[in-house]
Amino acid sequence: MQNKLATVSQIQPFSCVDGPGSRLVIFLQGCNYNCKNCHNPHTIDLCDHCGDCVPTCPTQALTLVTTEGTSRIDWDSEPCTQCDTCLSVCPKQSSPKTRQYSVEDLLVLIHNQRHFINGITISGGEASLQLAFIIELFKAIKSNKELSHLTCMLDTNGSLSINGWHKLLPYLDSAMIDLKAWQEETHRYITGRDHHRVFQSLRLLAEHGKLYEVRLLHIPGISDFDSEIEAVATYLKQLPNSVRVKLNAFQHHGVTGEARQWGTCSEEQMKLLASALSQRGVGNLVLPSIYL
Amino acid sequence: MAFQDNLVQIISDPNLSPKQKSNYLALAAEASLPYLSISIAVNQAKEAGIICDMFEGHAPFKPRYVLPDYVKFLQQGSQYLELSPVQDFDEALNALTIIYHHVPSVTSIPVYLGQLDDILLPYTDGIDAESIYRKLKLFWIMLDRTLSDAFMHVNIGPSDNIICRTILRIDAELKQIAPNLTFMYDPDITPDELLQIAASNICECSKPHIANYPIHANAYDGQGFGIVSCYNSLPLAGGANTLVRLNLKQVALKALNIEDFFANTLPHYCQLTYELIESRARFLHEESNFFNSFLVKEGLIEESRFAPMFGIYGMAEAVNILQGNPEITEDSLDKPSQYYGHNQAANKLGHRISKALDTIIKSTPVTYGYHGRALLHSQGGISLDKDVTPGVRIPYGSEPNPIAHIQALAEHHQYYTSGISDILTIDETVKSNPQAMFQLCKGALSLGFREFTANVASNDLVRVTGYMIKLSDIAAFKQQGSRTNTTGLGAEAAANTGMLNRKPRVVAQELSPNYAK
Ligand code: SF4
Ligand code: SF4
Repeated sequence: MQNKLATVSQIQPFSCVDGPGSRLVIFLQGCNYNCKNCHNPHTIDLCDHCGDCVPTCPTQALTLVTTEGTSRIDWDSEPCTQCDTCLSVCPKQSSPKTRQYSVEDLLVLIHNQRHFINGITISGGEASLQLAFIIELFKAIKSNKELSHLTCMLDTNGSLSINGWHKLLPYLDSAMIDLKAWQEETHRYITGRDHHRVFQSLRLLAEHGKLYEVRLLHIPGISDFDSEIEAVATYLKQLPNSVRVKLNAFQHHGVTGEARQWGTCSEEQMKLLASALSQRGVGNLVLPSIYL
Repeated sequence: MAFQDNLVQIISDPNLSPKQKSNYLALAAEASLPYLSISIAVNQAKEAGIICDMFEGHAPFKPRYVLPDYVKFLQQGSQYLELSPVQDFDEALNALTIIYHHVPSVTSIPVYLGQLDDILLPYTDGIDAESIYRKLKLFWIMLDRTLSDAFMHVNIGPSDNIICRTILRIDAELKQIAPNLTFMYDPDITPDELLQIAASNICECSKPHIANYPIHANAYDGQGFGIVSCYNSLPLAGGANTLVRLNLKQVALKALNIEDFFANTLPHYCQLTYELIESRARFLHEESNFFNSFLVKEGLIEESRFAPMFGIYGMAEAVNILQGNPEITEDSLDKPSQYYGHNQAANKLGHRISKALDTIIKSTPVTYGYHGRALLHSQGGISLDKDVTPGVRIPYGSEPNPIAHIQALAEHHQYYTSGISDILTIDETVKSNPQAMFQLCKGALSLGFREFTANVASNDLVRVTGYMIKLSDIAAFKQQGSRTNTTGLGAEAAANTGMLNRKPRVVAQELSPNYAK
């Protein structure tokens, strides 16, 4: 077996919002989109170990370790107070507070929690960028007698290629996909990428019965789900009935740059979109429980 | 305050009902008697807040908790209450309504209403499900309105039956404070689907409490047991004659170090606790004439099935003190790694204390006990407790994630025969995902949790697609940043936290045991 490592930004041992039941969620560092509205911008880029953040850390939680000519940032979670100074000084808007995990490391962790969870979800960043690792992890879970009952899910922006999906499908139970906008231009404006891959992924997963949820982020006046409501509703209606349509409301927390000037989505605006969709026959809508 | 002034204050209190006033007047009268005779050492420990009699009164004339055998009562009727044996469902509900008013407890109303499915199932022949639902719903409303006290407790399960399912349905519909509800779970008997319904109810109304049936049943004989009040497990047809509790925080403060704690202070204060237990139980059993009541004469309770509860609290503080940890402050909350609930060594020390207590309890005879022994109890706290955490709980606000929480405490559960009042706080995202609650509950029980109690709260810490944030941060952020939605957020937050502030309509006497202005 290869000994792959994944760069993990955070692990959450008990989540109720990342798929059915209770789930252990592994957030991977790194993303191929550059969404203006990203509420977690320091998970987009991988740290290049330049060391600029090291002297700014007030608790000396960061050190630059050089072995055989290559430098690596070392983060010690013990003294770290989560002040996030390092995030604000990084020229790449990255985070040094990530950790490398092997498949074995994660299996130990999952094994410890197995009585309490229904499954695991890999999220991000954009999880599918570390596809080879995910496949290896899911494979290991499915072939482990004590863990094989756990469902393996992926939370993704949908940019994975058809080829990639085919490699993953045998080990994947289902996925959640973000659809950031309806029109190509809008999608490109928000994410910096086009979205034909997203629609391909949605179709493929739906065909295989592995689409758990499609998520629409409503940014009033920016995302175009309301102005394109007929087309959006028609599209969503042809997805299998079991697919949850989760509506998310845009908020400012963590957001930097021009998206800070965009209006946030209020509960009223959210409800308006939801009722426009359900009037047109879209079922299985899930609305946010809080707006913040 | 002079005795009579106190009475005047109670009588003229605008916030108490006449019935509550009568209760407090009775407590005041009892408190005006000299205290039972106890040694100077016990009195000193009592005055110093190291041992506590839970304000049960100076001259106990009723047991703390009484668990009558209601099955027997319905079968044989009652001479004293002039009731003949029950023939049908309506008569059963009627007879129960009557006897509940004659079952005393520390709160002056019953804390145990029985294992209702065992009690009522024999009378359901020939009645359709809808009629059972209507009758039980009226019964449920009656209980809440006439015996309003969240310590009044109904048990259901572990078998799957119509009474159990109907009660779960009604309880989620009505969302009343009373009665409290325990669902017994036995992996060999209870279908997962039924536990799933119970878990969904927890998400709706923080009830029922889930009891690990096999563990409880093994702790008692074939006559059975019941869960009463705030999660106390006691012998059926018996109960608790008294509850005296030991403040482990204070005991730890008296100790020079960990070894001194185990070798000297803990045994010493346990000894004093036993002295207080003995004198209180002796008065109840020998002087008060309680055991001449019709409940005993008609065989609904047996004197030999009453035991004192040996309660403890302040485990978290005791461990932190013994380990030399500084007091937890706002700052240390983020990274409380050396503290109880978060740190292996701290948790292990806690388990060692529970084990030591268990050894003491099992080897110390009492005059009036269950098989001659008291029952160890992790006590849930009363309103007068300041700066000390209930039972063996992890201090509120510093709990780790639910799984780490369960893993830190599971080891304690084996020792607390008469119940361990722990409460898991689960953030509100679980509301739309009851399956997660179900899984958490099953995980906890399989790890040896005696009981599983969860509060669905709106924690300050909330997850937003991929990261955690604090509601309070967001509120501050919104105020400085964009003005829109501020009101919406405030209203939402108020609505979300509202359920935490929800107070029982009637002050529960077990939580506020004395009259304090
Ligand atoms: S986090 Fe940023 S500043 Fe720090 S080492 Fe990595 S790239 Fe450099
Ligand atoms: S958040 Fe970054 S800067 Fe702050 S203590 Fe942790 S590592 Fe240091």
